[in-house]
Amino acid sequence: MKQLLVLSGKGGTGKTSVVASLARLAKNAAFVDADVDAADLHLLLHPKVQHREDFYSGFVAKIDPERCVECGTCRDLCRYDAINESFEVDSFSCEGCGLCEWNCPEEAISLEENLSGQWFISETANGPMVHAKLGIAADNSGKLVSLIREKSREVAEKEGKDLILIDGSPGLGCPVIASVSGVDMALLIAEPTPSGLHDLERLLELLHHFQVPAFVVVNKADLDDTMAEKIEVRCAEKGVKSLGRIPFDAAVVKALVAGEVLVDYSAGAAALAVKKIWDRLKLELNLLEN
Amino acid sequence: MKIAITSSGEGLNAPVDERFGRAANFVLVEVDGDERKVETVPNTQNRQAAQGAGIQAAETVHRNGAQILLTGHVGPKAFRALDAAKIEIYSGIKGTVGDALDDYLAGRLQQTHGADVEGHW
Amino acid sequence: MSRTTIAVASGKGGTGKTTLSVALALALAKRGEKVRLIDADAEEPNDHLFLDIEPQDPQEVTIPVPFVDEDRCKGHGRCREVCRFNAIAIMDSKPLIFPELCHGCGACSLACPEKAIEEKPKVVGWLETAETRGVDFIQGRLKIGEPMVVPVIAALREREADEGWTIIDAPPGTSCPVIESSKGTDHLFLVTEPTPFGLNDLELAVGMARALGLTFSVIVNRAGLGERGVYEFCEREGIEIVLEIPFDKHIAATYARGGTLLDADEAWEAKLVELAHNTAKEVRP
Repeated sequence: MKQLLVLSGKGGTGKTSVVASLARLAKNAAFVDADVDAADLHLLLHPKVQHREDFYSGFVAKIDPERCVECGTCRDLCRYDAINESFEVDSFSCEGCGLCEWNCPEEAISLEENLSGQWFISETANGPMVHAKLGIAADNSGKLVSLIREKSREVAEKEGKDLILIDGSPGLGCPVIASVSGVDMALLIAEPTPSGLHDLERLLELLHHFQVPAFVVVNKADLDDTMAEKIEVRCAEKGVKSLGRIPFDAAVVKALVAGEVLVDYSAGAAALAVKKIWDRLKLELNLLEN
Repeated sequence: MKIAITSSGEGLNAPVDERFGRAANFVLVEVDGDERKVETVPNTQNRQAAQGAGIQAAETVHRNGAQILLTGHVGPKAFRALDAAKIEIYSGIKGTVGDALDDYLAGRLQQTHGADVEGHW
Repeated sequence: MSRTTIAVASGKGGTGKTTLSVALALALAKRGEKVRLIDADAEEPNDHLFLDIEPQDPQEVTIPVPFVDEDRCKGHGRCREVCRFNAIAIMDSKPLIFPELCHGCGACSLACPEKAIEEKPKVVGWLETAETRGVDFIQGRLKIGEPMVVPVIAALREREADEGWTIIDAPPGTSCPVIESSKGTDHLFLVTEPTPFGLNDLELAVGMARALGLTFSVIVNRAGLGERGVYEFCEREGIEIVLEIPFDKHIAATYARGGTLLDADEAWEAKLVELAHNTAKEVRP
């Protein structure tokens, strides 16, 4: 079983749209929406939830005002400025370290498990999908990503899938690092702009650090062919091969607005390009298809 | 010698669990010549840990006195913890716990000298 | 002189936060106003590309990481007991620290009866500055491979201007990095695009803004691109749309070659200055 992660560095380059099309084209795959902060894949794959569970990500301190004598020990110790002058805990700043709890002379502080969100195992037209919804202003997205990836491995093994397709998030911090570990390959969706190039280069450094082999696809490539080529050359220098380019195509947004996957909605230039990219990807992943 | 084997069930007939940090159970086998003393320890606390499950699992194995660990694979943090306690790691186990034990005793398993999967939370 | 801090966030990536933040800062500076622009997307800072500058003078951002003095350690294990992040294991009676899991809370060093744990700084990123066209610029840059960007953003927040405007270009998403970038600001602009993805992520961002008790309004970028969902949502929720940037080939082409909104059309200067002043008036009526 192979795991393919789709990343971009920069947001808005078209990761999710591409993943949805690849999901349609893959014959025996499971899917993961690892962009738990701003999950969008479900808007195209329309999953039906089969199983849902709460996700607890850590702890938050709670001060009992009845016991609190306002000595201020907790405020002095807290490194996150999470306790205000009225001795209320700001749950967004509190890291759940417990320093206040075991140092409170009145034992007025307790730590409560933090319900951060929910994760789901669902069915789509093309296979099982594992996704999540992080609670409003919740944290620890990296842990949630690790959890849904683990669940996807269980589901994929159980159902004999030969591929797990992971829609990653923008950036290169904790949630991306959590999605990178253990994947067989990364597919990078780049846009031909200075931001696109800059962000991609930082991402390449991260992937090199974690020793993940990668391939690149420039999306909306004909917006600037020169920049598209620059990106491909820069990638090639780092051992990242191009699997093709996707031209700018109005059909992409039209499909999105219709809630449909590009390769279903259109037989135009972008859809054809995506299909060709999938064929090349299959070879690189050594996927045997009947 | 005491050997810990990651397992999805209890005792020697249970199928192995290839994961370490979030393995369902550890089957501990004390081998003394032909004698086998078998005990199963559940890993529930670690499975639900938000992070550092592998590290806690290493502590569990160490706390139960095992000097040898048979499992599927270990990540870098777990490896570091096990290595610090000088626990020998053999990876790539398959079949039942009993199969894994036999494979080890017959010298068919390779000792692991580094993490063989990427770490994660 | 008064002080106004505006954060620019979105939920979805690629909606135009940087485009707006840079143009807003430049427009105000052009009018002779005092502006500090903070690029808080420390994972992938882009503002400098459009300002055409090379930020200088890297200052390290560090977090405290514990080290155990093995000579003083008596194996009590208190450090392991108090660590809520499983960043310490006791193997063979010796503590083993896992800095990648450490949150720098200081519990272990405080708990150790032998005072055997010392905290040493670990570099997680840098703050870099530049000045251009009247804008006082500072960006955060996360060290690649470091998982936690929040300490870098927290360090940036300490550099808000004491007077005049501070514009904070936030990262995409709706969780800790964005919260760190936006909390306590006078006003939050949420930049969105009129597509189903834009709408979905705007809803999440609005939830975040409300949970933080922030005053916010919406800016629709690439207006005309998709559909009405975003507008209907804002109307239903009583959220004001304060600006629309049209889906326009010239604007897109200017962006693609690293130009700003002001480069695309000077008329944006007046619009953005007016937006800023109207926003400030609501903050300080």
